[in-house]
Amino acid sequence: MSRYISFRDFDWLLLLFVLLICGLGVMEIHSATEHTKFAGSHIRQLYWIAGGLGGMFLMSLISYQKLLDGVHWMYIASIASLLSVMVFGQKYLGARRWVKLPGGNHFQPSEWVKLILILAVAKYFAEMQNRELSWTDFMKAGAMVGVPMLMVLAQPDLGTALTYFPIAVMGLFLGGLSWRQAGAVLLVGALLMPVALHVLKPYQRERLTSFMSPEADAQGSGYQVNQSKIAVGSGGIWGSSNGSQTHLDFLPVPQTDFIFAAFAEEHGFVGALGLLLLYFVVLVRLTQNAQTAPDRAGTFLVMGVVAVLSFHILVNVGMVVGFMPVTGIPLPLMSYGGSSVLFMFLALGMVMNVRMRRFVN
Amino acid sequence: MYGRDEKVSTTRLTAVQYIVLGIFLILAYGLWRLQVSQSDSYASLAEKNRTRDVPILAPRGRILDRNGRTIVDNYPSYTALLLRDSSRDLIADADLIAQGLHMDVKEVKERIHRMASMPQYQPIYLKDDITPDELAFVEAHRNELPELDTIMAHRRLYPKGGFMAHLIGYVGEVSEDMLNQPQWEFYNPGDVVGKSGVELEYNSVLMGKNGSRQVLVNSHGKEVGQLAEIPAVAGKPLRLTVDIDLQIAAEQALEGRNGAIVAMDPRNGEILAMASRPTFDPNEFAVRVSREEWNKLVNDDNHPLLNKAIQAQLAPGSVFKIIMATAGMQEGIAEDMHVICNGGAVFYGRYFKCWVVAEHRTHGLVDITKAIYQSCDVFFYTLAEKLGIEKIAKYATMFGIGQKTGIDLPQEVSGVMPSEEWKLRNYRQKWFAGETISVGIGQGAVAATPIQLARAIGAIASGGELVRPHVAFPDDLPANVIPASTVPERVNVPIDPKNWEIITDAMADVVNPGGTAALSHLQGIDFAGKTGSAQTISNALKAKMGAAGKAAFKDNGWFAGVEPRRNPEIVVCVLLEEGEHGYLAARAAAQVIRAYVEEKQRTPGKVAERSKKVEVGAMWGTPDEELKAGKFVMDVGKPAAMATAAPEAE
Repeated sequence: MSRYISFRDFDWLLLLFVLLICGLGVMEIHSATEHTKFAGSHIRQLYWIAGGLGGMFLMSLISYQKLLDGVHWMYIASIASLLSVMVFGQKYLGARRWVKLPGGNHFQPSEWVKLILILAVAKYFAEMQNRELSWTDFMKAGAMVGVPMLMVLAQPDLGTALTYFPIAVMGLFLGGLSWRQAGAVLLVGALLMPVALHVLKPYQRERLTSFMSPEADAQGSGYQVNQSKIAVGSGGIWGSSNGSQTHLDFLPVPQTDFIFAAFAEEHGFVGALGLLLLYFVVLVRLTQNAQTAPDRAGTFLVMGVVAVLSFHILVNVGMVVGFMPVTGIPLPLMSYGGSSVLFMFLALGMVMNVRMRRFVN
Repeated sequence: MYGRDEKVSTTRLTAVQYIVLGIFLILAYGLWRLQVSQSDSYASLAEKNRTRDVPILAPRGRILDRNGRTIVDNYPSYTALLLRDSSRDLIADADLIAQGLHMDVKEVKERIHRMASMPQYQPIYLKDDITPDELAFVEAHRNELPELDTIMAHRRLYPKGGFMAHLIGYVGEVSEDMLNQPQWEFYNPGDVVGKSGVELEYNSVLMGKNGSRQVLVNSHGKEVGQLAEIPAVAGKPLRLTVDIDLQIAAEQALEGRNGAIVAMDPRNGEILAMASRPTFDPNEFAVRVSREEWNKLVNDDNHPLLNKAIQAQLAPGSVFKIIMATAGMQEGIAEDMHVICNGGAVFYGRYFKCWVVAEHRTHGLVDITKAIYQSCDVFFYTLAEKLGIEKIAKYATMFGIGQKTGIDLPQEVSGVMPSEEWKLRNYRQKWFAGETISVGIGQGAVAATPIQLARAIGAIASGGELVRPHVAFPDDLPANVIPASTVPERVNVPIDPKNWEIITDAMADVVNPGGTAALSHLQGIDFAGKTGSAQTISNALKAKMGAAGKAAFKDNGWFAGVEPRRNPEIVVCVLLEEGEHGYLAARAAAQVIRAYVEEKQRTPGKVAERSKKVEVGAMWGTPDEELKAGKFVMDVGKPAAMATAAPEAE
């Protein structure tokens, strides 16, 4: 089978758009960190992207069917890695998210778990065939995603935990969730909301609620949202050349979570809309690949990536424009950070994998 | 193979695409809302974020003496303040700020609340003249408390020990009551303005105009650049008519006593010296006087805050006899009047004593000259009876008794010159002829201030030239600052030259053998004057109270003297409260006159030298730490210190 695959079938157009976004990201990281202690981050980001590209090509070579065959082992391994973070993790800023690797690098397992969840969900729903989605399926899929989600939530890392959620939702939706089932889930969810809010740490709760009126506590939890909105708004239509919000340090972490705000300040409505368009093209292209997948599993796999990417964009850009709470979710392909970049490229590698095998029968 | 046979529902895949499109439309709307429809308001928020107005306080003008020597200077002092445009919760930070600045939390919060309605760009001033410790606290908390800042200001440095304190006055933060008055409406809370004396009277000259710097700051409030600067306009220096050498002589003459001295040039009204005792140290509340300290000063029986030279209205006693003599001579009554003094006489059925009986002697036959240099009461009782209250009041009023002199200092009092009309208006009673007798020797209802007496006696010695006293040179002042006064600058009250000679000669006899102040004779100096000892309560009441009354209500000693006796260059009026005798006051006046004459003799050589600018350091020779503590080294009480302060005095 694998002898028929060819890089001629590789989605070069998708890669072009992805690299365009990455390039804008590197430029913005450079601009935002130029005179700060983070200066030089853009060079490191380039290394991550190069590494990500390598990983993507490698990933596209291993047949996704093979990956799916061994997904239960990977799933067990990912649960184990999350457990190891809980036990051996480095505590940083009050959260245990990273494992220190030999050589001084830090590893954040929760990012990789996302990939494995996409595979696991894809496998589960592909094997389900055309059967009606039963409550048992629902519970099983829910547990598959829910267990690691709760473990990440306990780190605590609300943002990453939330990114697991759309994987399950996408799987259930494409797997044939009925309206009745959806209604029931929403009802239960609404009833559980107060309980969930109770479980959250006070700072998490505050962040989740403060975005609705950031001016009420402009210096406290509303500060980031407020400064982000000022950055975006002061960019105007064409952008502000000096970008004082970004360059005078008013915008928090402009190279990671708020990179979209920094970009929007410097390039204005026109630039920001153009960037959103690039992301939209990438997502449309991904969905096309899902439709041309050789099997159900391929479709589910690609759509899992679509779900994660869309969710990231929605939450991150939504946060930047003040529609969403501050949850610490980076903007894929743009935000500075190795884990995030590598995850995106490996996920794209899986998509390429599926695409290259579209004519395999 | 996983699920090769069954494709995923196309409808659902399409639905996902529409959902994604919907998400992007929502996000695009979010961008539109911020970047297009509300862009202007966010741009101004960003502007507010990165710019900050930092006030530049203008230094207040120095106060100089007539020869340009510095009397009041400034020294750098740091004021802690809160910037209100940092959008920090000031109240929440108040505890830490109060702790670091050693302030009361309540006071910090009160100051924050007081400024609540003011525009944002105006900072809240917290504490003036902070210590190096407190300055270090501010510097160390730049990140935690970005709203806390300091500004360097030039603080007033006054002479030590209350030297000239009443004339100079002091400064303080403009009060809310003041701000409600029309003349202060253009000032802002926190402005430091003059509160008394010259500092208040000439505030508009001395006070500069604060400037401001618009600076670029980062999110930590750290200044990263400057956008614009409106420089501060320093206050203008103010040259006073006062001569430091004479002021020193006056301060020394009053040392250890209560009272006042005023020295004036009767030719033009320039005040040469003005001192009042007890005094206060304005350095102590140049910063912020505490309520207790303030109450102590206000409630002190000796009224240390009162400038007695213009605010003490007391019976002038025998000094008033010069005005009586002038009235009597001009009315043609006194010249040929002879009275036999047996230690007292009966007027309107009541026995009036002459002061001389206390010394167990009498004046015998008295004419106008002897009546002046021996200060015979019986002569002036008789003269008063003959003149009547209306004529006495007419002359006294012409010479400014019972009216403000119009001096350019705040809160001058008017004193009282009684008359029939005055009594009717104030007491709804007829004037009793008997009251006139007491007025004849400057007792009874007559009340005058030292400045009034200096002006009146100076005018009589000048042949009737009555001038309006002033402490600033009108020619130095901007046209809009010259204080308006209802008192004319110069009035001529005609005095017959013959009368003038008799009166001034008699005044010269006062400080010659046989005079009441013979001990104050100044060899080779044409010194003339008139003593006075004014009762503070009536003799009858004093007798009733016995020894205790005599001790508690000692007479006030007065002296008004001139040099030379006719067309004088200087007139000095001395009030020694509870000074018992006029001759003690005469001695104080003689000290000032002597200082004047000696200084004049040094001229031109010394004066020319001195007209060079003298820095405060040179003047006072003060080490820096003491300057910061607001202390002057010069101690008026000690002649040794004075020698270093003014080497010309040797």
